[in-house]
Amino acid sequence: MHLPDYQQPEVIRRVLTRRRVAIVGLSGNELRASNFVGRYLLRNGYDVIPVNPREDSILGRKSYASLAEIPGSVDTVDVFRRPNAVPEIAREAVSIGAECLWLQFGVISEEGAEIAQSGGLDIVMDRCMKVEHARYLGRMHWLGFNTGRITALRGI
Amino acid sequence: MSDREFGFATRTVHAGCRPDPTTGARALPIYQTTSYVFEDTESAAAYFNLQEYGNTYSRIVNPTVAAFEERIANLDGGAGAVAFASGLAAQVAALFTLLRPGDHIVASSALYGGTITQLKHVLGKLSVGLDFVDPDDPEAWRAAITDDTKLLFAETIGNPGGNILDIEKVAEIAHASECPLMVDNTFATPYLCKPLDWGADIVVYSATKFLGGHGTSLGGVVVDSGNFNWSNGRFPVVAEPSSAYHGLAFHETFGVYGYLMKLRAETLRDLGAALSPFNAFLLAQGVETLPLRMRQHVSNAQAVAKYLSSDKRVESVSYPSLAGSAYRNLAEKYLPEGAGSVFCFNLPGGREDGLHFIESLSLFSHLANVGDAKSLVIHPASTTHRQLSDEELVAAGIGPGTVRLSVGIEDADDLIWDLEHGLNALESK
Repeated sequence: MHLPDYQQPEVIRRVLTRRRVAIVGLSGNELRASNFVGRYLLRNGYDVIPVNPREDSILGRKSYASLAEIPGSVDTVDVFRRPNAVPEIAREAVSIGAECLWLQFGVISEEGAEIAQSGGLDIVMDRCMKVEHARYLGRMHWLGFNTGRITALRGI
Repeated sequence: MSDREFGFATRTVHAGCRPDPTTGARALPIYQTTSYVFEDTESAAAYFNLQEYGNTYSRIVNPTVAAFEERIANLDGGAGAVAFASGLAAQVAALFTLLRPGDHIVASSALYGGTITQLKHVLGKLSVGLDFVDPDDPEAWRAAITDDTKLLFAETIGNPGGNILDIEKVAEIAHASECPLMVDNTFATPYLCKPLDWGADIVVYSATKFLGGHGTSLGGVVVDSGNFNWSNGRFPVVAEPSSAYHGLAFHETFGVYGYLMKLRAETLRDLGAALSPFNAFLLAQGVETLPLRMRQHVSNAQAVAKYLSSDKRVESVSYPSLAGSAYRNLAEKYLPEGAGSVFCFNLPGGREDGLHFIESLSLFSHLANVGDAKSLVIHPASTTHRQLSDEELVAAGIGPGTVRLSVGIEDADDLIWDLEHGLNALESK
């Protein structure tokens, strides 16, 4: 598996334009990475849907036990789970008609990627949705991080 | 938007500095402000909790400083960078972030005198153990590593001995013991060498030198590759929940950005050696001409080194690119464009000759700095390395008659004319 195939800037930018994001494995603990990401996405205009069977509500939003229970459509399924949990999540993402399977830092699953890809989904792997939003649309550069962005166009 | 991989020179001019979104200003604006008005109380809390990227206070973040940081991180291929008030401030902050009392580091014996003093005395006061090793001897690096070792440290081009570090090999030794390799790349700059590409984990700079390039402004910067696994069990100080940040586990939460976040949100916040926005502006502007200047620096240095090495009044010249240098192969591997422009030569008459030579120059400036557009000269044994013992001087490659040059970007013929005056003066004394 060649990770950069699943880290294409044009795919990432396309996925970031879709606003309804289910976060599988979102933690209610304020110090966990998933909580940072969920809070950030909420503050930046995303419709965040927690998926965590152990919680009723996270970040003030109702938490669902599985992707299948979410009413209405989901654009992106953002995953904070162990790699071996990914294939099953990928199958669910395909069956609910999601448009992208996004696997966070360290969540690397070739099988999951193949399932999602054959279901027609965009795949992003081993990338953080918060970081990528901040890189292209946010303020990552305010903290001296390398966004890799070179442009003479006036923007944000 | 284009996803082109832009070249180095393009990035020296553009990285970190997109047009100002509010005003359209094309040059980097100098945000000369201590603090920033929050949008609302929720945003303020999110910024201080590091839940969102926000400006809080210029000891920790400043947009002008951030532009300089991103520029250097980009040129070195790092995940990000944090800037400081000076090179030594950057270095001690980089060390503080990953060390605690009882830890141990292994460092090259051929380092800038100020670094040797910092490692020995400042880290010593904090009960961090230290062993200096011959940087040219891989076995010495390997043998000095103990269970408490947390870091290997060296310079790309040793100051002032001119030894070239075998970065790839020393990084391999560090990683075999699950330690990071930190490299001071001040003399090479990312134009001549990118240590992260050879396996180093953290790069530190005195930006005062070639990055700024004009001898106007102090500054330092730390670049992190983001690749080191701080959760390998050896670095609880980085990986475990931090009591200085309400229990945040920096590496787990921020992943590749964990070390940098801790360096900024804790070490810079608490030690306070922030880079001023005005200095960041001057340093960032200096970097815009880095490739042009470095080409002239190394071309002049090669001409001067060749001249000195062919003059019988000079005992030896330590420029690594010269035929006969023990470091020539390493220089060709790591510094193919040239081995920088700071090097030493030895006068046979010892200390007296060294001082007399310097007094006879009129174009080289006698001062304690390197990496200026202007050519500089100094006698290390009586100035920059004065605090070192005789043994430490020898280990650092410095003799009583050693003269250090920092060759600037003037006309090479004029520099050689000046040095000729110095050598003639030794004969007529």
